[in-house]
Amino acid sequence: MKRFYLLLVAVAVIGGGALWYGSQRGPAAPEPSAPAPVAATDGFRGYTLGSDSPPVEVTEYSDFECPFCASFATVQMPVIREQLIATGRLRWRFRDFPLPSHKYSRYAALAAQCAGEQGKFWEMHDQLFTNHQWAQTGKNPRSLFRDFAKAIGLDLDKYDACMDGQRYAARLDASVREGEALGVRGTPSFFVNGRPYTGRGTSDDFKALVDSLTKKHK
Amino acid sequence: MIRRQALVLLTLVGLLVATYLWLYKIGMLGQLQCGTGSCEFVQASRYAELFGLPVALYGVGGYAALFAVGLAGLQPRFAADRRLARLLAALATVGFAFTLYLTGIELFVLHAICRWCVASAAIMTTVWLLSLAELRATPSGTAPSR
Repeated sequence: MKRFYLLLVAVAVIGGGALWYGSQRGPAAPEPSAPAPVAATDGFRGYTLGSDSPPVEVTEYSDFECPFCASFATVQMPVIREQLIATGRLRWRFRDFPLPSHKYSRYAALAAQCAGEQGKFWEMHDQLFTNHQWAQTGKNPRSLFRDFAKAIGLDLDKYDACMDGQRYAARLDASVREGEALGVRGTPSFFVNGRPYTGRGTSDDFKALVDSLTKKHK
Repeated sequence: MIRRQALVLLTLVGLLVATYLWLYKIGMLGQLQCGTGSCEFVQASRYAELFGLPVALYGVGGYAALFAVGLAGLQPRFAADRRLARLLAALATVGFAFTLYLTGIELFVLHAICRWCVASAAIMTTVWLLSLAELRATPSGTAPSR
């Protein structure tokens, strides 16, 4: 029995020591500022939510087929919209970063851009992320996306023409190039006032960040 | 006795895992060492909190309770105590049910897996099975010796 208690003590000491060592290293330091972004071919810099002159702007590089992006959009984003964007404390900028490993993410990004043409980018954004089952089935989502377009009240003739002509393909390419130049490796990736964000990606974390940056601003 | 020893050892490891996740959640650790998993994503989700407290803290409490009861069960006077075996099984069942819920959230809601959570789930499942085996092996009608 003594041996067993010695084993327990050894496990507790080693495990406790590892935890203590980890806590002494502290949270990761923020990375240095990023290089200036590359402008899109048509000067488009992404759809935004929020006030025109907020103290803080977050740029999100996202992929509509990415499950983490969908979870972020449906779990964290509603709180961020309500507590930070609607109150004028934060502007949110959405940039496309469709990953080549995802079969229909580029198609979904085009659908969102075509909805944006009719002033309903965010409505399509919400449809694509809320009804994310399409990303798991592997089936061609064309008719489903058209249903989304119909549901949010788009002019379907205009939407079809936009999609068939891939009207905003160059925007997507420019957005991807911009992300790559900034060092985006995966999605979702965030930049806060142009600096890479290395936090946890929760609404609480963004709120704390906005609080701290707003204080600095004053 | 060997089952109870294994249970105590496992709950200690589980306690360390839960403490690690809790320290991360309260900002005392920079990054989770996760390899290819999605630990930070899972820990950053709203499901990582329950009633305003980090889920990992419930884990710390649960494992600590199991560890304490398990340690008590190693004392000779409680070796054949069915009430203690029942208490261990009850605690482990609650822990196992909570583990099932959290694993379901990971698989079906977040579509992301945290390796540390999987480790904790494996530990809790084993602890639950051990506690049931211990309950079956402990004869009924026994009370602590005086």
